[in-house]
Amino acid sequence: MFRKEATLSNETGLHARPASMLVKEAVKYGCDIKIIKGEKQYNAKSIMSILSMGAVKGDALIIQTEGPDAERAALELADFIENKIRD
Amino acid sequence: MRGLGISAGIGIGKAFIYKEPELNISKGHISDLEAEIQRLEEAISKAAGQIDDLYEMTLKKTGKKEADVFAAHRMFLEDPEYLSYIKEKIIGDRVNSEWAVREAADFYTSLFEAMEDEYMRARAADIEDVSNRLLRILSKAEQKELLQINEKTIIVAKDLAPSDTAQINKDMIAGIVTEAGGRTSHTAIMARTMNIPLVCGLKNITDIAKQNDFIIINGNTGEVIINPTKDEIAFHEKEAESIKRLQEELNKMKGQESISKDGYKVEVLGNIGTCQDVDMVMENDGEGVGLYRTEFLYMHNDRLPTEEEQFAAYKIAAEKLGKKPLIIRTLDVGGDKGIPYLNIPEEMNPFLGYRAIRFCLDMKEIFAVQLRAILRASAYGNVKIMFPMISGIEEVRRAKAMVEEVKAELRKENLDFNEDIEIGIMVEIPSVAIHSRAFAKEVDFFSIGTNDLIQYTLAVDRGNQKVGHLYNQFHPAVLSLIKMTIDNGHAEGIRVGMCGEAAGDERMIPLLLAMGLDEFSMNASQILKARHVIKNTSKEAAEGILNAVLELPTAPEVESCIDENIP
Repeated sequence: MFRKEATLSNETGLHARPASMLVKEAVKYGCDIKIIKGEKQYNAKSIMSILSMGAVKGDALIIQTEGPDAERAALELADFIENKIRD
Repeated sequence: MRGLGISAGIGIGKAFIYKEPELNISKGHISDLEAEIQRLEEAISKAAGQIDDLYEMTLKKTGKKEADVFAAHRMFLEDPEYLSYIKEKIIGDRVNSEWAVREAADFYTSLFEAMEDEYMRARAADIEDVSNRLLRILSKAEQKELLQINEKTIIVAKDLAPSDTAQINKDMIAGIVTEAGGRTSHTAIMARTMNIPLVCGLKNITDIAKQNDFIIINGNTGEVIINPTKDEIAFHEKEAESIKRLQEELNKMKGQESISKDGYKVEVLGNIGTCQDVDMVMENDGEGVGLYRTEFLYMHNDRLPTEEEQFAAYKIAAEKLGKKPLIIRTLDVGGDKGIPYLNIPEEMNPFLGYRAIRFCLDMKEIFAVQLRAILRASAYGNVKIMFPMISGIEEVRRAKAMVEEVKAELRKENLDFNEDIEIGIMVEIPSVAIHSRAFAKEVDFFSIGTNDLIQYTLAVDRGNQKVGHLYNQFHPAVLSLIKMTIDNGHAEGIRVGMCGEAAGDERMIPLLLAMGLDEFSMNASQILKARHVIKNTSKEAAEGILNAVLELPTAPEVESCIDENIP
């Protein structure tokens, strides 16, 4: 199991387009991917789950992965959340 | 009956009452789990196929943005959490798929409906739409698709979902009547884009009208007649023909330049209140936005809009317009436009008081935020700044100095903006019109705001019933102030536009053309009509009428002179 922290940097948070971008990115990996915000866990491959998280700019998120490409997934998704999501 | 006429034109045809089929979902016990999961999987793949078809159709018929609704539906349909919720219900409780889908839909829609954010709440409707599709497939209650309609039909519905409007065949649908909806709803935009008459806001119409009733709807007036008499049909058929001919005539104006009969070119633009309104301007082939009223951004919440919120709105409008101009008017608060949280004290004469640029130059922090947002948006399109309620040159200079200060900040922060952004003023106070030669040396453009200019010139409150009749755009003093402003602007080599109601007035346009007005900005729905008037007017002939008009002593004489000389 891998864990990596990431701070959400885009202006509108995990909303509409950014949320679907993240999900499309997450489904590329074979491993299980959870995003932890506060006490709760969300499924990174589920648009409903990601939208229900209501993450806004500046939120500290933890990416927790488990499975074949877990380490790569955690590192790349953290980079995606911090640097690549566009509004 | 009368509703809101939302999309113009008259529609005559048989009613097709479009109601969601009643889905009576009952709970059943499942013994063969494997077969039940198999049944669910088949329904999901059938639903996916339907959604993909709708995506393709919409992409072809309307465009990427509308089609994206179905891309989102596809994501919801295949959402792992949603699907595992359903499967766990089936396996854990041994219930039928219908029951499990209903429970999953209820769970997720209530989750989204509870969110504060309007966007998120709207997603509840998508989840419902997708779940209903699955339920219809599972219970074999698929409704007659709108695609299958094959005679002239008026659709009567509570409201239409995006998946419904995508199926509409323009040649078969004579009109649409809905219980819900307004001017900016999805259905409204689709109907106007496809030129289908639409009347909204008729409560219970799906119960009042019966399947195959004969119906006439008038999208201009909002009138709806169920089972009309022969005379009514004959009357409306004739009316429909003339509206259609006029609309066709106006549609020919799309893609054309706004050039007078004798070859004088002007521009016709739209006025907007929100960045979404740009769509209406584009639909009507406006040559840009001559007035973006930013007040709505400030009225939207019970707090000031942040720089980012404003920037996002201005940027959307700028990007939608591309190279076409976007004139953003800075906050025009006060007068009749109160914003409660700003706590502007009540005044004896609010129209002569603390408002618009006077407020902004006093509340510099608020003003600076807006200027930053506008300047940042200028990196994304052809953005111009316009100051309202200018009465003296000092105000112009102070406002321009603030723009320079904000530019310096942005440079320091390495934020992009257009260094050469044009700055203009509204000409709506007589002092500016009279002294316009001097003002023209200070700014890049003028925009005449006729509503206030008339009110201040004639000292008339249009809303006051006792004196409202004195308010008249054809008053000789008003006309000569307009002419003076245009002449002085041109003498200093700047462009002069108009964004008040007069700019879209059919009788006023020839006079304005004759005066040499460069830009006419109006409500989007008037754009094609105005272009039509311009193309049918000869500037030279209009100049003759203008010269005669300027000699006349009263507004009624001016008006009859125009009526006699302009067909």
